[in-house]
Amino acid sequence: MHSLTLLATRSIGERFYDAFIKADRWKLYLEGLGVTIQITIFAALLGVIIGMVLAFMKLSRRKNGKHSIFSLIATAYVDIIRGTPSVLQLMIMYFVILTSVNSGVLVAIISFGINSGAYVCEIIRAGILAVDSGQMEAGRSLGLSQATTMRKIIIPQAIKNVLPPLGNEFIVLMKETAIVGYVALADITRVAQQIGSRTFDYFPPLIIAAAVYFVIIKILSVLLGVLERRLRKSDLR
Amino acid sequence: MISVKNLHKSFGDLQVLRGINYQVDKGQKIVIVGPSGSGKSTFLRCLNLLEVPTEGEVWFEDIQVNGKKTDINKVRRNMGMVFQHFNLFNNLTIMDNITLAPTSLKLQTKEEAKENALALLRRVNLEEKADSYPAQLSGGQKQRIAIVRSLAMNPKVMLFDEPTSALDPEMVGEVLDVMKELAESGMTMIVVTHEMGFAREVASKVLFMDEGQILEENTPDLFFTVPKNPRLQDFLSKVL
Ligand SMILES: Nc1ncnc2c1ncn2[C@@H]1O[C@H](COP(=O)(O)OP(=O)(O)O)[C@@H](O)[C@H]1O
Ligand SMILES: [Mg+2]
Repeated sequence: MHSLTLLATRSIGERFYDAFIKADRWKLYLEGLGVTIQITIFAALLGVIIGMVLAFMKLSRRKNGKHSIFSLIATAYVDIIRGTPSVLQLMIMYFVILTSVNSGVLVAIISFGINSGAYVCEIIRAGILAVDSGQMEAGRSLGLSQATTMRKIIIPQAIKNVLPPLGNEFIVLMKETAIVGYVALADITRVAQQIGSRTFDYFPPLIIAAAVYFVIIKILSVLLGVLERRLRKSDLR
Repeated sequence: MISVKNLHKSFGDLQVLRGINYQVDKGQKIVIVGPSGSGKSTFLRCLNLLEVPTEGEVWFEDIQVNGKKTDINKVRRNMGMVFQHFNLFNNLTIMDNITLAPTSLKLQTKEEAKENALALLRRVNLEEKADSYPAQLSGGQKQRIAIVRSLAMNPKVMLFDEPTSALDPEMVGEVLDVMKELAESGMTMIVVTHEMGFAREVASKVLFMDEGQILEENTPDLFFTVPKNPRLQDFLSKVL
């Protein structure tokens, strides 16, 4: 009751002042944002590494053209990761598997990296398969090995296909990290929630956090759009 | 130079090649015609092992192409292939398209390969395109480059799979001219095509393939004037 009467008597400006300026609370958002960005960037890097390895595993074939054992392992990995909620994966990592790791941020990076790896795998695989099969045949018909043709012809073309969806995956990953509050990490979402509970007023801090995500992601999507247009242009040359 | 013995190829239950026996001698120009889906491409692709035969043997000189221990990459250096859809490397300039294989395989130094490429480009009148990318070229230009890219490996035989079928009519001539010139230079060639004029003019032998078999083989004169097989007569009545 007390908080409600308080709220009703305060202007919106005062409420945002309490949520952001008072007691230097903006520093808390900044720290939270730091945690969010740290987890996102390192998880994305880990995800790309895992995704690349998985993609090549998944594309590998035995001599008779059937799926290799690596391909089956990678397929199972992707299935499991995509078939379970990432918040559960994070909790399992934090409370069950990586209990001996002291840094919660590190656990989050590993967990999100493993998660993102599955999606990156599919992106890279699709990017490679989208390169016309005639490119590989032409390389092989000249006497180049499969590995050389991959390296000099297929992968350079696949990278162009892959960059835009990878950028997208980065954006998705950033939003996804908002669940790290479940394992007591103070990312920007969690910070906003804590400030809300302290001031008995959730509206301003949650809006502030949402606005921060929105602005960053907007900037990223604009950059991504520029990149995509550049890539398309260089296709025509 | 190339000999094919009892060649069979199936895709799952679909039998595409049903026992092909043939021999190509050095310097011969073999033209293969036949209805679509008769296995012409598959036959050509079995020669350089882009398709693996399910039965039979393919020999190139004294090497069994589909032998278990054969280093297929070495064999392919000697067998150029030109595809219907050109398959130029989209990420490379014309110059790099031509020099990639000879330099990565360490058959020529960068300078040699470049010089060689320029000479070949001059031969097909496309010298000024050396720094262009494939997307900037017309279909006819792309196919001439594709031929030159294969020639840069100094192959002993050239395989052509419908090299003019994807071209606008006005560009067919420029590609056929390059092929004719190549034939005159003495190259051994195996050409799948619908260009009957080319077959008449250039072929040492014309083959008719249908349903995975060679149904007729003859010199171009006799092939077109006195076809024996009824299915060839039917085919010629449609295309001529
Ligand atoms: N990779 C493949 N997988 C399955 N079927 C194929 C494959 N390649 C060709 N075929 C089939 O084999 C038959 C002969 O094809 P092809 O050799 O391309 O004929 P052509 O070149 O004479 O038109 C066709 O029915 C085609 O659908
Ligand atoms: Mg064909």
